[in-house]
Amino acid sequence: MSDKILIAGNWAIGEAAIRAGCRFYAGYPITPQNELTEYMAENMRRAQGGTFIQAESEIAAVNMVLGASSAGARAMTSSSSPGISLKQEGISALAADELPAVIVNMMRGGPGLGNILPSQGDYFQATRGGGHGDYRTLVLAPASVQELADLTMDAFDLADKYRNPVMILGDGMTGQMMEPVEFGKPRPRRYNEKYILKGAGDGKSKFVRALILDALRMEEHNWKLVRKYRVIEQNEVRFETYKTGNARLIIIAYGIAARIAKGAINRLRDSGMKVGLIRPITLWPFPAQIIRDTAERIDRFLVFEMSTGQMIDDVKLALEGRGHVSFYGRPGGVVPTPAELAKAIIQEYRRVLA
Amino acid sequence: MKKVFSRPRSLKSTPFHYCAGCGHSIIHRVICEVIDELGIRGITIGVPPAGCAVVAYNYFDVDMLEAPHGRGCAVATGIKRTLPDRVVFSYQGDGDLAAIGTAETFHAANRGENITVIFINNAVYGMTGGQMAPTTLLGQASTTSPPGRNAILDGHPIRMSEILSNLEGTAYIERVAVNSAQNILRAKKAVKKAFQCQIDGAGFNMIEVLSQCPTNWKMNAVDACRWVDEVMSKTFPIGVIKDTVKGRKDAD
Amino acid sequence: MQIKTVFAGFGGQGVLMMGYSFAQAAMFEGFHVTYLPSYGVEVRGGTANCTVAVSNEEIASPVASQPDYLVVMNNPSLLTFQTRIAPGGAFFLNSSIITGRPKRSDVDIWEVPTAEIAAELGNPRVQNVVMMGAYVKMTRMVSPESYLKSLKSILGSKKKAAMEINRKAFEAGFNHIE
Ligand SMILES: Cc1ncc(C[n+]2csc(CCOP(=O)(O)OP(=O)(O)O)c2C)c(N)n1
Ligand code: SF4
Ligand SMILES: [Mg+2]
Repeated sequence: MSDKILIAGNWAIGEAAIRAGCRFYAGYPITPQNELTEYMAENMRRAQGGTFIQAESEIAAVNMVLGASSAGARAMTSSSSPGISLKQEGISALAADELPAVIVNMMRGGPGLGNILPSQGDYFQATRGGGHGDYRTLVLAPASVQELADLTMDAFDLADKYRNPVMILGDGMTGQMMEPVEFGKPRPRRYNEKYILKGAGDGKSKFVRALILDALRMEEHNWKLVRKYRVIEQNEVRFETYKTGNARLIIIAYGIAARIAKGAINRLRDSGMKVGLIRPITLWPFPAQIIRDTAERIDRFLVFEMSTGQMIDDVKLALEGRGHVSFYGRPGGVVPTPAELAKAIIQEYRRVLA
Repeated sequence: MKKVFSRPRSLKSTPFHYCAGCGHSIIHRVICEVIDELGIRGITIGVPPAGCAVVAYNYFDVDMLEAPHGRGCAVATGIKRTLPDRVVFSYQGDGDLAAIGTAETFHAANRGENITVIFINNAVYGMTGGQMAPTTLLGQASTTSPPGRNAILDGHPIRMSEILSNLEGTAYIERVAVNSAQNILRAKKAVKKAFQCQIDGAGFNMIEVLSQCPTNWKMNAVDACRWVDEVMSKTFPIGVIKDTVKGRKDAD
Repeated sequence: MQIKTVFAGFGGQGVLMMGYSFAQAAMFEGFHVTYLPSYGVEVRGGTANCTVAVSNEEIASPVASQPDYLVVMNNPSLLTFQTRIAPGGAFFLNSSIITGRPKRSDVDIWEVPTAEIAAELGNPRVQNVVMMGAYVKMTRMVSPESYLKSLKSILGSKKKAAMEINRKAFEAGFNHIE
């Protein structure tokens, strides 16, 4: 038998992070991700050289991560929607300073305090940088607890590779849900020592800063970041396709919504309807090419999100006017059943046949 | 003969951009002298703020990481916890430390983070053009308190050093001035003691520096120095505010 | 095969543990499983529930449109879930405190007086495990051995006495139903 353990998503992130060599975690309590903070409290200080701090706010937590990252630690912070809004200052600074860090957002209903139920309302915030300035964060959207664990490990490697913050965008449900997990083998860290501040020794001192008062130099820094983002767009796009082969209608959904969509698709396939799924795993970079390519064969798309419609903008951008896109959304913490979604899909499918 | 004006090793040769008579340049030099004397240049990491000292990394020849406005103590916490054997200091203005960054400062102090904070109290927001700071004196005019700070409308000047001294986590806090040769010598002694305090693992320590801002005080350098003695230090008395390390050997 | 079960009751009745212990047993047997708890305000003081899906293939959705089984420990939960259970499914009903009966003829109903059985064993706190005995027996998805192994891993090796009373509770529930 395998070494699978039945474990909740929030714990899986914590365990995967520690296994991946995360040695600094700072967080501030907020539902529905408290289990992750608590897991780190319990286990981080046991890891050799591990630091756990319950910060006084999300702002403090992300800025501690900024410090720890510059000092060479694999560092992570986590929160849920309202707390992620507060972290934007630090995420923007990390991106500007080109420092690696992993930020977890287990999304809940919003805007404002909203509620503590699963939601996908922070897509725009996550994929457009979120804070101020011209920058991007890589955004990974896991749909199972196993994938939460795997992508958490990958997140640290990607953050190092591109010296950029990486966001894991889950939701209340993926955090609370339990599934069997087998933890992968972490890869050895590859991060150039020259980027670490640890005191100048006998050599030249270094500094890391985001303030660039000179317009031309600031512009050059902006373009430099963009060149890096282009490389990320080239190399790091991830997605899954499900029963798209002979499909006449394609559902596009990510995270937990994609799981519900799969359930709906299985039901519809049983009654002969040719429906498939494209599931973006990276939300930035967005898997635009596969959607564009699919549109060569299939011209009907239905975007399903647990929001009022955010990713649909990226789908439309990807399609550049091709095909026909419709939308089904349940914001606010409502989690539709596969049967409910199937009904919405059937309506759309009838139009395909018409 | 003793060379009085030689440049400390830890101070880069870049000329300061600070206004003439500004306290920042004096305290920069003081810190660098202390770093040299303690022989800690190679293991020191500084955290400059948003504020007039935002480009302090152009002057300090030690590793530095700029903090977002007010977050110096959180950033320094992250560095120090990751590299506990380094000497980490955060350099912050009064708007930075006592307004936007109050929470970060207060809680780092309360956790007893073993870091050194250099707190530049110039009673104004210098960098943004002389607005009212949390430390602006009652009656003191600023661009956002034009008739003078009014307690009822604008609140009172905050004495951060006294407040932090009430926290269990703080080891050593002293308020100094840099408006006279004598005060500068005392300031240097205090800064040295603070760094030593950190090296000895005593916990959170802070030196508050009453720092002239002739530009925004709309005074010449001499009057600014006099104003520190005659007015500012009445609200912010200089001297040791908390010292739990008295018994230890003197930093000299 | 894909079976979804909702376990529902009052917060203090141990319904989340019922679902978790079953899900883990199914994992031991090599099934794909998901365990989805209700959380947050729903849990405070009021009712708690969880959905466990067990399948020999990858589980598409952890959310159940029409659960196959309902294990129900109190009246309000019966009202919430009774219409959602799939035709041909089954109810496992705590007949000690549930006064109503589902108004459906297309499902099996198994009644387990968990309070009385647990009282006979001298420990009112094992009612949930009594119920699991009946559930494991009638659903036949996992063996009693796998279930007890799961229970043991939850109780931890230190609590020998606790395991003993829970084993008895499980057997009593198992034997209660023919
Ligand atoms: C989030 C944020 N808000 C506002 C500012 C603008 N800002 C930069 S420095 C500063 C205040 C500086 O005053 P102080 O901390 O007293 O330092 P001084 O310049 O007086 O040394 C402000 C408000 C900023 N950089 N970031
Ligand atoms: S504005 Fe004031 S604090 Fe800033 S450099 Fe000038 S004198 Fe110094
Ligand atoms: Mg100031």
